Amino acid sequence: MTLRKYLVLVSVTICAAVGETLLARGMKQIGNISLRHLPSVIFAVTNPWVALGILFLLGFFVTYNTALSWADLTYVLPATSLSYVLLAFIARFMLHEQISATRWIGILLISSGVGFVTQGPALTAGPEGANVDAAPETVGTGNKS
Amino acid sequence: MKVLYTWGAILLIVLASTTGDILMSHVMKQVGDVHSAARQCGFLTVLRRILGNPLFFVGIVALAVAFYALLFGLSWNDVSLIGPAAAALTFVTNAIAAKIFLHERVDRRRWIAALLIAGGVVLLAV
Repeated sequence: MTLRKYLVLVSVTICAAVGETLLARGMKQIGNISLRHLPSVIFAVTNPWVALGILFLLGFFVTYNTALSWADLTYVLPATSLSYVLLAFIARFMLHEQISATRWIGILLISSGVGFVTQGPALTAGPEGANVDAAPETVGTGNKS
Repeated sequence: MKVLYTWGAILLIVLASTTGDILMSHVMKQVGDVHSAARQCGFLTVLRRILGNPLFFVGIVALAVAFYALLFGLSWNDVSLIGPAAAALTFVTNAIAAKIFLHERVDRRRWIAALLIAGGVVLLAV
């Protein structure tokens, strides 16, 4: 893992948390959508908060796919799950919600899960089926033609 | 009705985002490390290789379904319930699906991590 790869994982984390917060804020403004008025969910994207949220989720999509190009899905997903912790802190400082003891335990569990998975190899399955743990930097450059 | 809509949305989010994640991971693994690939043969070639894979677009459709299911769900219930519930379940379904379809080595370390995080996400929601 290089610094660049860690930065990509950090960007995934931040974009996911900020994007989801913005979406939630927008959807609160719009209110309940019933199944009978389902098409109105499509027009939800014209809400500025939702639109800004989508922008962040696009950033998430690009960085997430970049990470998936050199790491396992079962690595990227846990490694970027600190976004839920970030989400809780955004709620704490922007919405002034209290973080209960239960939530602190949740934050602790997530953080230890992240610590657990990032200690291990980032890639265990390649297109060639080879074990490429030892040389993650060369992954994907072997089969150019 | 609210409970039904909420959990229906959560179920749809889990199924659609697992499908999307698996397809995206599959496509990106075929392309390989985008950074070194782009350095070798140019950014546009890499982009063409990604966009030239039809599975990429199937993945996008699956993720779009998950996204709209999320919006629908958010209109019925709090993000603090739907986000964590869908995410916690997706961690487990993704670990299973990645093992089956992507042949990733989901060892004990990754299972523990997935379960710790799923548990933590649930606690955040209470």
